[in-house]
Amino acid sequence: MSGSSNNLGAFRIKGAGRHTPARTARFTFDGKTYTAMEGDTVASALLAHGVHLVGRSFKYHRPRGILSAGAEEPNALIDVSRDAARRQPNVRATVQEVFDGAKISSQNRWPSLKFDVGAFNDLLSPFFAAGFYYKTFMWPKEAWTRVYEPFIRRAAGLGVAPKEEDPDHYANRYAHCDVLIAGAGVAGLTAALSAAATGASVILVDEQAEVGGALHFDASTKIDGRNGYDWAQAAAAKLKAMPNVTVLTRTTVFGYYNHGFLGLAERVTDHLARPGKSLPRERLWQVRAKRVVLATGSIERHMVFSNNDRPGIMLASAARTFLNHHGVAVGRNVGVYTAHDSAYEAAFDLKRAGVSIAAIVDCRAEPGEAVLAEARSLGIDVLTGHSVTDTFGRLRISSMTVVRNGGSNARKIKVDALIVSAGWTPSVHLFSQSRGKLRFDEKGQRFLPDIYAQDCVSVGGCNGTDDLAELIDEAIAAGGGSVALAGENRFDWTGGMIGAAEGAGPDTVVKAFIDFQHDVTAKDIRLAVREGMHSIEHIKRFTTNGMASDQGKLSNMHGLAIAAEVLDRPIPQVGLTTFRAPYTPVTYGTLINHSRGDLFDPARKTPMHALEAAEGAEFEDVGNWKRAWYFPRRGEDMHAAVNRECRTVREVAGVFDASTLGKIEVVGPDAAQFLNLIYTNAWDTLKPGKCRYGIMTREDGFIYDDGVVGRLAEDRFHVTTTTGGAPRVLHHMEDYLQTEFPHLKVWLTSTTEQWAVIAVQGPKAREIVQPFVEGVDISNEAFPHMSVAECTVTGVPARLFRVSFTGELGFEINVPADYGPAVWKAIWERAEAMGACLYGTETMHVLRAEKGYIIVGQDTDGTVTPDDAGLGWAVSKKKTDFVGIRGLKRPDLVRDGRKQLVGLLTNKPSDVLEEGAQIVADPNQPKPMTMLGHVTSAYWSENCGRSIAIALVAGGRARIGQTLYVPMKDRTIAVEVTDMVFFDKEGGRING
Amino acid sequence: MAKLGAGSIRTLPLAGFHGGSSAVRLEAAPPAERISLRAGAEDMAALSQALGLDLPVKPKTSAAAKGRTALWLGPDEWLVIDEGKGGLMQAAASSGVLHSAVDVSHRNAAILVSGPGASRAINAGCSQDLSLKVFPVGACSRTVLAKVEIVLLRTAEDAFRVEVWRSFSDYAFGLLAEGAQDAAL
Repeated sequence: MSGSSNNLGAFRIKGAGRHTPARTARFTFDGKTYTAMEGDTVASALLAHGVHLVGRSFKYHRPRGILSAGAEEPNALIDVSRDAARRQPNVRATVQEVFDGAKISSQNRWPSLKFDVGAFNDLLSPFFAAGFYYKTFMWPKEAWTRVYEPFIRRAAGLGVAPKEEDPDHYANRYAHCDVLIAGAGVAGLTAALSAAATGASVILVDEQAEVGGALHFDASTKIDGRNGYDWAQAAAAKLKAMPNVTVLTRTTVFGYYNHGFLGLAERVTDHLARPGKSLPRERLWQVRAKRVVLATGSIERHMVFSNNDRPGIMLASAARTFLNHHGVAVGRNVGVYTAHDSAYEAAFDLKRAGVSIAAIVDCRAEPGEAVLAEARSLGIDVLTGHSVTDTFGRLRISSMTVVRNGGSNARKIKVDALIVSAGWTPSVHLFSQSRGKLRFDEKGQRFLPDIYAQDCVSVGGCNGTDDLAELIDEAIAAGGGSVALAGENRFDWTGGMIGAAEGAGPDTVVKAFIDFQHDVTAKDIRLAVREGMHSIEHIKRFTTNGMASDQGKLSNMHGLAIAAEVLDRPIPQVGLTTFRAPYTPVTYGTLINHSRGDLFDPARKTPMHALEAAEGAEFEDVGNWKRAWYFPRRGEDMHAAVNRECRTVREVAGVFDASTLGKIEVVGPDAAQFLNLIYTNAWDTLKPGKCRYGIMTREDGFIYDDGVVGRLAEDRFHVTTTTGGAPRVLHHMEDYLQTEFPHLKVWLTSTTEQWAVIAVQGPKAREIVQPFVEGVDISNEAFPHMSVAECTVTGVPARLFRVSFTGELGFEINVPADYGPAVWKAIWERAEAMGACLYGTETMHVLRAEKGYIIVGQDTDGTVTPDDAGLGWAVSKKKTDFVGIRGLKRPDLVRDGRKQLVGLLTNKPSDVLEEGAQIVADPNQPKPMTMLGHVTSAYWSENCGRSIAIALVAGGRARIGQTLYVPMKDRTIAVEVTDMVFFDKEGGRING
Repeated sequence: MAKLGAGSIRTLPLAGFHGGSSAVRLEAAPPAERISLRAGAEDMAALSQALGLDLPVKPKTSAAAKGRTALWLGPDEWLVIDEGKGGLMQAAASSGVLHSAVDVSHRNAAILVSGPGASRAINAGCSQDLSLKVFPVGACSRTVLAKVEIVLLRTAEDAFRVEVWRSFSDYAFGLLAEGAQDAAL
C-alpha cells in the first residue's frame, strides 16, 4: 500500500521524520479508519490526522489528549485489539506502535468520546475532593454493601479486560551478564561501547523500538560529527555485531531486585501486523548482572496551571519527538509555556518546519541568553516573566490566558496546541528499586542517586549530569573500557521549576492538574495537608497522587513541592515516596510465561497410569499426583462403583496402585538407631525380613507421619510414608540427621519413584500372587503378616511386602518402575479371571476406616498425639530418647479430657455424617454451644451395611456407649460413640 | 508358571517423546543404571577404585570413565550413571568400605538436549549461568527447571543431559520443548 502525504494526515510535515512514506499501515480509532506510517505510534498517527482527543479522565471524565511521547504517558490510555481474544486495555498510545489492521478504542466514555455522560462528574467535582471516599463512605454501615461498594466498583479501574482465554504464548529466559545497561540513549550506548571493548558480556536494554533515547527528539546534538540519532543507530549496529553483546529493544527493565537480579519484559509481536505463530507475544528475561549501569535519562515535567489538561496541551519534548521522529506537527499555531530552556528548542524546530509559534510564555524573568537570542532571530515572540493562567476550548485547546507575573492585565492568545516544560526529572526509579538512597539536589531541585546498595552506577540524565561532554566521560568510565567519542550540543539548558505556577497558588481554587490519570490537582494536595496529612506517604494515599498505572512519573515532584510549600518545610524533610517495581505495567502472561496448560504445574503420574485410564479409572489429585480414585463400570456412578469395589475386595480380592506412597531407603550401620530416634516405637528389635508400623511425632509430641517400615538387612530399611508426606518426611529426617544426630553412620535416599507398587488385597490375594513369585515361600506360616522379602515377581526383581491397609490378607509388590505396567498386566489378568476388581483411593479410604486405620492429615490435624489417636501402644516406654519424647510429657498432652479418636455410629444407619461436622452433648443448649469435637472421616460402608464415622471427641474413649449429637443446618443427628473398628473386630482376616 | 518373565518388559516414562526445533534436538536417553552413592571422604579412594573412576570432590564437577559418569551432588553424595554393562551396586559393594549405595535406575529419566540453542532452551526454566566459562563441559548441578528438580550435566559444548524423576519427566520435556522453540527464534 502506498499513500500520499494527504491520507497520511494533514499534519504530516514533508521531509520531516524518519519513517518511510511508502510503508503504511491502516488502523481504526473508535471505528474510523486512519492511515499511518510504519514506525508511528498510535499517538503520532492520530496527531498526524489532527486527532488530539483520545480519552476521558478517570474521576471527572474530562476530555484528555496526548501529553507525552513515551512510557511516562498518564493520559492517552487506549484499548488495542487484533481480535476478540487479543485485546489489551490501558495501553499507552505513545508506546503502542501502529500495525496494519489494529483496532483502537478510547476508554472511560459513554456513549461516545465527544459526548460523555460521565462528564457530569466534572460539575460535581467540589464533592469529589481528595479523601472523598474515606469521608463519605464511612456510614451508615449498611449502605456499604448496597450503595457504596457497587458504586466504587463501577467507577474503579479504566478499561475492560477481555473475557476470552489469551491465545498468545509467552516465553521466559534466564540470562547472566557482566554488565547490564538500562537505557540506550547517548549515555547507555556509550557505556555499552566502553564495556563491550573490555570483552565483558553486555546486555543493553531499551524500551523504545530503536535505540537513541533523547536523540529521538533532540535533532541539534551531534556525536562524532554526525547527527545524534544516526550515530546511535550505527553504534547499536556495531554492538549487535559483537559476540559478547546482546541488544534488546522494545524491552523494559521493569524491576531491579537483590544481588543484581533484574526483570525485563520484551515485547516481541505487539508491533507486528501478522506475527509468526512461533513467536511469543512477550518474553520475560530474568537477568543476573554482575554490574548494572543505569542510563535511564530523565522525564520532562508539565507546568501546573489552571485547566492544564485540555487536549492539545503536551510536553515540549513530546512535540519535538512527533516532529523530528514521526514527521508530525502537533498544531499549526502553537503556544509555548515554559520554565526551562529546552522548550525553546521545540519552538525552534516547529518554527523551522513552518509551524507558527503564537508566543513563548516564560515564567522566568531571565531565560538562557542563547535560546533567547535564537528565538529573537527566528522572529518568535517571547514573553518573559509571564505566565499562562488559564486555557479554553471544550475538546481541544483554542486559546490561553497570559498574564505578566504579579500583574492583572490578562490577554487571550489563540492557539491550537500548547507545549509546556517545567524542566526535567531524573529517572531514578530503578536506582530506588535497588535500595539506593537519594539526595536532594537543591540547585537542580531534583532527587539524585547518592548511596548505592548494589554494584551499580548511574550515568547521564538519571544521574543529573547535564553537560554532554561530562556525560560521555561518565558513561565511558562506567563501562570500564576506553572509547574515543566527542559530542556537541547547540544550547546549554537552564531553568526548571517544581510545584504550582502563577495563578494556581495556595490562594486559588482552580483545577491545576498534577496527576492526570487520577485527576489530582494542586488544591487536592493542599487539602490533604490541611486535613492533617503531613507525610508524603499519607498525602499520596489520601489524594491517590502517583498511584495510577503511570506511578506519578510526571506528578510526584510537583505534589511534593506543593506539599512542602504548604507545610513550610524543605522538600527533603517532606520526603519522597518509594518507587516500586514494575516501572511500567507488565502483562500477567509475561509473568507466568510457560506456566499454563500442561506446564501450569507438574501432573505426576504413576507408571501404571495409562493402564488404569484404559480401565476407565477416574482420577483424583493428591498433591501433584494423579491417583486412580475409582473404576466405574458401565452404568455405575461413583457410589455404586465404590460399593462394588469395597465388597469385592473383602469377598475376593482387589488390585490397587500404591506407587505414590513415599519411600525412603535408610542405609548404614546406625540405621536402626536412627529410626529409633525418629519414630516413637522401637526398631532395633525388628528382625531382617520383618515390617513394623511406625509413628513419628514432631518435637512437640504431635503425630507427623506414619507408615510401614521393612527391614531388608541389618543395615538397610525400606521406609514408607504417606503420599503427601514424602518430601517433608525426608526433609524432617535429613534435618535431624544433620543437626541432632550427625554422629550416626546412616544415609537417606528417596526411592519413591524407583518402585512401582501393586497392592493385592483380599482373601484370594495369595492365590493371585503365588504363581508369579519366585525366591520366597509366601505361605502364611513362612511369610506371615508384616513380612518382607527380596525375590522375583513375574521374573522381575522385587521387594515383596505382606502388609495390609484393608484388614485383609494383602501383599504389596514393589518392582522397578519401568516394569510396573507389565507386572500389573500379568497380575490383573489373573486377578480378573478369579473375580477380583481394580480399586481406587476412595475404596481404600472406606476399607481402612472399616478397620479404624487412621489417615494422617485427615483424622489428625497437627494437634493429635499417638495416644489421642488410640496408638499409645506404638510409643515405646523403654526408649530414653526420640523426637517428641519430651513433648509427650507436657502436662497438656497427658491431661484428662483431651480429644481422642473414636468411632461414631448414627442412630439411623443410612445417615452418613458430614466430615468436619461438629459434635455436642446437648443439642438444646443455648448458642454458642460447647463443641466436643468434629467428624474426621465418614462413609457409607457397604460391608457393614450402614454408615460409619471416625471423630475427634473430647474425652472420647470414656464416652464409648454414650449418645452425642451432630447438629446440622436442617436437623440434628444422634450418634453413638463406639470404638474405631467396625469390621472384623477380632482381626482374623489379616492373617488369612 | 507360564507367566514367569511376563513382567520383564520395560515401559519407559518418555517412550514416544521427541521434539525440538531448528536449534535444539530433544530426545529421551536410553535406559541406564544409576545409583545414589553416599560415603565419607576417607572411603572415596576405595570406592573410586571399585567403580573404576575418580569420584569428583569439587562442587559442580563430574568424572567419567568406561561408560560410567559420577556426578558430584554434595560433599558425600554422588549420582553414578552407567550407560554400559551396569553392575554398579555390585561394584560399590566390592569396595569393602562404609557407604550407602541405593539403586535409583528407574527413579530417574534422562532427556538429552543438544544443538546450538541447547543452553538457551534449558535457560527457559533453569536460572543457572550456562556459559562455557561458568558451566564447562563436564560441569553438573542439582538444580531447578521451572517447577521441578533436575540434575544437569554438560556432556559437550552444545549438549546436556537432564536427569529428572520419572513422574516429572513429561513436565520437564514439555518445558524444554517450549524452550527449544524459543531458542530457535
